[in-house]
Amino acid sequence: MTSGPVAVRPRVRSSRTRGSAAERDRLVGYAMVAPQVLGTIAFVVVPLVTVAWYSLHEWNVLAGTFTFSGTANYERMLADPGLRDALAASLWFSIGLVVLNVSLALLLAVLLDQRLPGTTTFRTFFFSPVVVSLVAWTIVWGFLLQDDGGINGFLAALGVDGPNWLRSGPTAMLAVIVVQVFKNVGLNMILFLAALQSVPEEVQEAARIDGAGAWRRFRSITLPLISPTVLLVSILTVVGSLEVFAQIDVLTGGGPGNSTTVLVYYLYQQAFRFNEFGYASAISVLLFVIVLALTLIQWRTRKRWVHDEV
Amino acid sequence: MHTTRRRGLAAAAATTAVLALTACGSSDPEAAGEPETPSEPVPLTMTVWTADEVQLALFQSIADAYVAENPDLVSEVTFEAIPFDDYTTSLTTRLAGGNAPDLAWILESYAPEFVQSGALVDVGPVLEGTEGYAYDDLLDSSLALWQQDGGLFAYPFSNSPFAMFVNTDQVEAAGQDSPADLVADGEWTYDAARDVAAAAAEESGKQGLVVRDFDYKVWENLSTVWDGWGAAPWSEDGATCTFTDPAMVDAMTWIHDATFDDGAMPGPGTTADFFAGDAAMTITQISRASALDDSFAWDVVPLPAGPQGRQNVIGQAGIGVFAQGENPDVAADFLAWFTNPEHAEQLAQYFPPPRESLLTADLLGAANPLLSDEQLQAVVVDGIQDAVTKPAHPSFAKLQDTVRAGLDPLWTAGADVEAVLADVCTSIDPILAGS
Repeated sequence: MTSGPVAVRPRVRSSRTRGSAAERDRLVGYAMVAPQVLGTIAFVVVPLVTVAWYSLHEWNVLAGTFTFSGTANYERMLADPGLRDALAASLWFSIGLVVLNVSLALLLAVLLDQRLPGTTTFRTFFFSPVVVSLVAWTIVWGFLLQDDGGINGFLAALGVDGPNWLRSGPTAMLAVIVVQVFKNVGLNMILFLAALQSVPEEVQEAARIDGAGAWRRFRSITLPLISPTVLLVSILTVVGSLEVFAQIDVLTGGGPGNSTTVLVYYLYQQAFRFNEFGYASAISVLLFVIVLALTLIQWRTRKRWVHDEV
Repeated sequence: MHTTRRRGLAAAAATTAVLALTACGSSDPEAAGEPETPSEPVPLTMTVWTADEVQLALFQSIADAYVAENPDLVSEVTFEAIPFDDYTTSLTTRLAGGNAPDLAWILESYAPEFVQSGALVDVGPVLEGTEGYAYDDLLDSSLALWQQDGGLFAYPFSNSPFAMFVNTDQVEAAGQDSPADLVADGEWTYDAARDVAAAAAEESGKQGLVVRDFDYKVWENLSTVWDGWGAAPWSEDGATCTFTDPAMVDAMTWIHDATFDDGAMPGPGTTADFFAGDAAMTITQISRASALDDSFAWDVVPLPAGPQGRQNVIGQAGIGVFAQGENPDVAADFLAWFTNPEHAEQLAQYFPPPRESLLTADLLGAANPLLSDEQLQAVVVDGIQDAVTKPAHPSFAKLQDTVRAGLDPLWTAGADVEAVLADVCTSIDPILAGS
């Protein structure tokens, strides 16, 4: 008679205990992720939604008017030659930056991945621009690149008549790319160096015994083994290249003509110089979509070229 | 999944709420009225682009006297300095954030944009109705840019004439006539200035004539030159491009040739600071005289004459009261105090006022000990009369960038001036048509 309730009670208690423990675990879990989730909502989700909302409006800051305009800003984008030029300039900048930056970073990493005296000094030398203020770095380069600046002075000493770097379209774009490459190549170099040093020596050894030359070992062993880092560096560089602003603002102001008016600079002009905040929001939605698409493409195609995913 | 959706909705709701708070106001201009005494004294903010501590101290002392006089109205007045280069951008960003200052300095080029937008209140009635303000003393030519439909939307507190500063050491070394003599002989023309500049540059190995701050970007500063040709970038109503008019083509050809053929002006990508002794002459505002020291002998003369004679040019700045501000009536009342005859006289030492009675060499001389009475009379007092301002337009920011980009091809040795200017018109026509 009494055994039944006695037998049941502990079961009930145990189930309750389990339930409250699970509840507690859940609460602790929520508490753990809350700062991250709240931070993401406040600083990522809300701005994203807000910008998308702004992009559907005509917003005159001076007059203080904010009127719903539907897809008018997006239709305007389709017919805007300035935006087309900015996209083309961004494309050239990105191609130039990614090719130069990734290949130079890899080359430097391979050269500095040697046990030779002085390599630490060189690594520090190439990395140091990464920690320099971007604007200060760019201003110094601005002086060097002037017609009567340091670079042309150096070229003149060699008997070469240097171009007016920042005043002609192609050289201005090249100059902006090179300034950006030198600024950040050190960071990518360090990432490649870390990857190179994780390539197992015995695999290289085996290939060497099989008679593989240096280039063959690099192509068939090193490169596949560091391909995840190549993917990471490429994504970071592509995304970074689309967000370039300060260098353009300081060095060229988007000129000569509109040759260095890249997408973010165009967006800045529309918002903060022309007070077209609605249209600028639409352009920033476009930029978001482009960056997202490029990242997804790189991510999706990784299986074809990343051989050693970690 | 549901949670995510709910959070998304919450974010959207929050966004909408934020927008509802920030999006308000109307574009109808309104006039400031008699300030009603608020329940408690309000603070006022004025954005300025000077960071000069002496000037800011003067503003503060005038403001503190106002607070002392009106303790029920205002608790304090703050002058917020924003760097000049980003001034208008920073100001409009503040407006976008729903955080408008009560009063702000406004650059002349952006005057039509601010005046027409409805962002500013009409301060005319308050200024006119303030006892002892002597509204009639204000020069009509100074007010013109800031008026619309009979209203006055900012007070032009600074009217600084453009003049030619000359490094007489460099000019003398090149064996050239001094510009002051050329002025006296009635031969002070742009051609004469070019010849003097080219000869001085050749002799010194430095630069000749620098249009200060132009730097192949701020093209509107070239108006100090092309006004001598009677040229303008667009028609008076702002609707038609006039870059292709013969006067403008001639003026730009002169500038182009002076730069690339005669070596009288520095080419693009060359920095030359007159005040550091890098150039023989510079066109800039008279207020820059304070940057001069004894390192070289110098003079200041009026702008040279072009084919259409001499044209006085001034750089203006206005103080406006924002409709978006919390207390526009109180702000307008403070503006009337800040710029009344007594305070305008104090401010005159830094900012030539738009008041006829204060524009005397004696008065201005006290504040500009570096300049002689003759220089002040010739350059400042006479320079403000019938002066024009630099180009301005309701869509100035767009025009500034578009013309800058359009003029870039002009700054090479073999440029076809007419063709470049025609392209400039093609690119700005849609902007002008929209105005």
